[in-house]
Amino acid sequence: MLNRIKYYFKTFLLIELLQGLAVTWRHLWGPKITIQYPDERTPQSPRFRGLHALRRYPSGEERCIACKLCEAVCPAMAITIESAQRDDGTRRTTRYDIDLTKCIFCGMCEEACPVDAIVETRIFEYFGEKRGDLLYTKQMLLAVGDKYEEQIARDKAADAPYR
Amino acid sequence: MEWFQELLGPAWMPIWTLVKIVLIVLPLLIAVAYLTYAERKIIGYMQVRIGPNRVGFFGYRLVGLGQPIADAVKLMTKEIMLPSGANKALFLTAPVLSIGPAMAAWAVIPFTEDWVLANVNASLLYIMAITSMGVYGIVVAGWASNSKYALLGAMRSAAQIVSYEIAMGFALVGVLMSAQSLNLVEIVQHQAGGFWQWYWLPLFPLFIVYLIAGVAETNRAPFDVAEGESEIVAGFHVDYSGMAFAVFFLAEYANMILIAALVSIMFLGGWLSPLPFLPDGFFWIAAKMSFVLFLFLWFRATFPRYRYDQIMRLGWKVFIPVTLVWILVVGAFMQTPLGYLFH
Repeated sequence: MLNRIKYYFKTFLLIELLQGLAVTWRHLWGPKITIQYPDERTPQSPRFRGLHALRRYPSGEERCIACKLCEAVCPAMAITIESAQRDDGTRRTTRYDIDLTKCIFCGMCEEACPVDAIVETRIFEYFGEKRGDLLYTKQMLLAVGDKYEEQIARDKAADAPYR
Repeated sequence: MEWFQELLGPAWMPIWTLVKIVLIVLPLLIAVAYLTYAERKIIGYMQVRIGPNRVGFFGYRLVGLGQPIADAVKLMTKEIMLPSGANKALFLTAPVLSIGPAMAAWAVIPFTEDWVLANVNASLLYIMAITSMGVYGIVVAGWASNSKYALLGAMRSAAQIVSYEIAMGFALVGVLMSAQSLNLVEIVQHQAGGFWQWYWLPLFPLFIVYLIAGVAETNRAPFDVAEGESEIVAGFHVDYSGMAFAVFFLAEYANMILIAALVSIMFLGGWLSPLPFLPDGFFWIAAKMSFVLFLFLWFRATFPRYRYDQIMRLGWKVFIPVTLVWILVVGAFMQTPLGYLFH
C-alpha cells in the first residue's frame, strides 16, 4: 500500500524523468569523444587487418609457394590460386587473385600462411571506381607488398612475441 | 513612412500588412532552419558527439552554420515523387494544409505590446481553432499516399491530437480564467510585475500539462508515434520526397516555435522582463521561446518513445483530470478573498 502511494507520487511528480534529464544535461557539458576522421585518426594496432599484400624475401624472391592453404581456409572464398612448376623446379603461383568485394578481412589467410607471404596491411583507405577494380591480382598484391615492406616487417616483429 | 502612405493612397493598408506578414514569415523560416541546426547540435552534444561542423560559408567552417542552407538547397533540388496509387490532388494538397495553419497562427502572436499583426479580441480562440486544423494535413497525407504505414501514422496522429487538444484547451481555460481575457496582449499585460506574477506559478500544474501536451501536439519525441521510425518507417510522410517533404518538416518546426511562443506568452509573461526594474522588450520573449525550444530538444535527447496506449492513458487519465481539478481550484479561490493569488 505504502509502496503504491510512493510509486504514484514518483510518477506524478515526474521524479524519474527529471533524473533522466539531469543525465543528458551533464553530458551536454561533458567532453566529446568524436574523432574528426580525416583530420584526426584513431591509433592502429600492429595486428590491423586492412588491404592484403604479398611479400618477398630480401633477395627479391617471392615468398608464396602456392600451398593453397589460404585458398582453403578462406571462409568467403575470395582467394583464387593457380600454380605451375617454374623452370628451376620450384612450385610458384601463376595466378593469385583476391576479390576484395568478397573478402571479410578475418585474417585467416595470414594465419594459415606457413611462409608469411600473404599479410594484411594497415591500409584501409582504398577504393575502386568501377566494377572489377577491387579484384586484386598477383601483380597488384606484390606491388602493395613491395611498397609497404618496411611497415609490414615492423608490424610482424611487434606481433611476433604473441604468436 | 508617411510619404509612402500618401503615395500609395488606399493601397497602403494591404501593402503595409503584406510587408508585416513578410517580416514575420521570413524570420520564422530562418528560425526553423536554424532550429534544425540547433537540434542536431544540442542532441549531438547530449550524446557525447559534436554534431554537424563541416558546412560553412566561403571556405570557413564556422562550426557548421551553413548546414541548414545546404539541407534546404538539397531538398529543393530533389524530385517530388508521386506514388502510382496515390490520389494526386490530395497528395499535393496535404503539405499545404499542414503548413497553412502553422503559419496562419502567427498572425495574432504579440512579440511586444505593439508588434502584433492582428490584435483581435478572441486571439486565444483563434489560436486554438487554427492549430487544430494542422492535423488535417497529416490525415490527408496519410490517406492520399495509399500506403499502410502512412495510414497508420495518420490514424495515430489524429487520435493523439484529438486527445491532447482537450487537455491543452482546459489548460488554456485556466489561463483565461486568470486573465479574464481572450486577447493575448491583455493576457501578457495581466502578468506584469516580475516573474513571480507570471502564470507559471499560480497555474503550475496547467503550465506543465500545457508544455507536455504541446510536445504531443507537435508530434515530437517522446510522443512521435505518428512518425516513429522504428515502427512505421516515417509514418504519414513516408511517401513524400523533396520539397513536399520539406514543407511537412517546415510545418512541424514552425509548430514547435509556435508552441514555444504560446507557452512564453501564456505562462512566462511574454515580452515582460523577469525583474520589474529591467526594461521589457522583444529580447525577453525571444529568450523565453529559446528556453522552451531547448526543452523540446532536451526531451527528445532524453526520453524513449511512448507506447501508443501509454500516450492515450496519459492524455485521458492523467492530464484531463489534473487540468479539471486545477480549474476547479482556481474557480473556487476566485470566490474567496484569496482570489488575488490567481489574479
